Amino acid sequence: MATETATHHDTDQHDHHDHHVDMTTADWDGGAPVFKASYGKLMMWYFLLSDAFTFAGFLIAYGALRFSMPSWPVPDFVFRLFPFAGDTVLPLIFVTVMTFVLLFSSYTMVRAVQEGHRENQRGVAAWMFLTIIGGAAFLGCQAWEWATLIGKEKMSVTKNPFGTHVESGAYLDASGNPSDEVFEPGASYLMHHISHHAHGDDHGGDHADDHGDAHDYEVGGIYKEAEVDDRGLIHRKYVVTSGADKGVVKMESYGPKAFGALFFFITGFHGFHVFSGVVFLIIIFVNVMSGLYVERKNGYEMVEKIGLYWHFVDLVWVFVFLVFYLL
Amino acid sequence: MAHDYEKSKSIALKTILLLAFITVIEVIIALAGKGYIIKGFHAPVMLMGLLMIALSLYKAVKIIFEFMHMSYEVPAFAKSVLLPMGLLVWAVIAFMQEGSSWKKRREFVDDKNKGIEQIKKDDSEQTGSLIKELDESDFH
Repeated sequence: MATETATHHDTDQHDHHDHHVDMTTADWDGGAPVFKASYGKLMMWYFLLSDAFTFAGFLIAYGALRFSMPSWPVPDFVFRLFPFAGDTVLPLIFVTVMTFVLLFSSYTMVRAVQEGHRENQRGVAAWMFLTIIGGAAFLGCQAWEWATLIGKEKMSVTKNPFGTHVESGAYLDASGNPSDEVFEPGASYLMHHISHHAHGDDHGGDHADDHGDAHDYEVGGIYKEAEVDDRGLIHRKYVVTSGADKGVVKMESYGPKAFGALFFFITGFHGFHVFSGVVFLIIIFVNVMSGLYVERKNGYEMVEKIGLYWHFVDLVWVFVFLVFYLL
Repeated sequence: MAHDYEKSKSIALKTILLLAFITVIEVIIALAGKGYIIKGFHAPVMLMGLLMIALSLYKAVKIIFEFMHMSYEVPAFAKSVLLPMGLLVWAVIAFMQEGSSWKKRREFVDDKNKGIEQIKKDDSEQTGSLIKELDESDFH
């Protein structure tokens, strides 16, 4: 390299020689920004790239584990509840609302950045405020979703009460005979917890239809139509009506264990990003209000940087939404 | 400057409306394919999956290039970020293959334990069942 440069110096014309010096000093000695972008913006992009690697690691684990299981909980069965709608089945509607909230906050962020470019302090503040509201609303939705899954449906990182039948069969009634409640392979079920079961009002009228009679279940209890495990979850019994095991009485088992762990870690890690995003947005919002960026006269570059981060959070949600809720 | 501002404002609005529209389409595909909208109608899972993956990738491109302004950056910079991200997509797909191989091996072991000795010829290499039975001559 050194000899090459020396040759250039010896043979080049004077003006060409000057140009050569410009190339080496101006671009790489701190005179001009590399890639025509500021240091802060470049580093935010490379941080986001490294963050994409982390999320890809999660998605790789998800893909590999899901493909290695004979069955996987069906998203439109798992995510079917809506706040204040009781047990009404509204598949995927709530997560769609969450997606819209996040998309909307991404739009208000774009608008804040645009107002920053024309040094409009009031505009930046107003749009950033809406973005913070959007982020907080998304976190609220996620809190409800987690509370429902953990508190009501008893899912955790180590147990998954959402299962899928791989054979067709008929559930047993209270006297141990096959009832007319039949299912096909691929049908999903949720094992209820005894506390949920005891509250008859949760189920209303179908309670008696579901289990034949309304006696109370106890932890460790063995009944003609179900068994209760030591965690208080009711495993209903059924008789298989097709395939090699025809006529055999079986009992509902837990769904793939990995589902709970993957769900809570991936949506939790994303939610943590949203949470830190909201914190940074608030800090920068306060700085905007204080007039700090007016003095800098750089088109509110700080707002642009947090904007990149915020859009990245939205970008990750596109994939979380795809793999957990749509596929 | 004022003209640029109006233009970028309308681009942002168009982009967000497009993203919202695609999201609605995705949800409709997910629900319609499983018989929620038209009773008894079921679409092939593979087709639905490919459609939704394609639409989501399109959404990702729109977010990166419009909202994150990647299309206004220097091409070399865009490449330095987008090429590694492209490799990640490859890694995700590769590990799905790996996952289904784990499943095949597990099923094979299950079948063996149940005494079902029908080793599928095309699967034998994948499941690692190419085991040579040793006889006397192998020990000399």
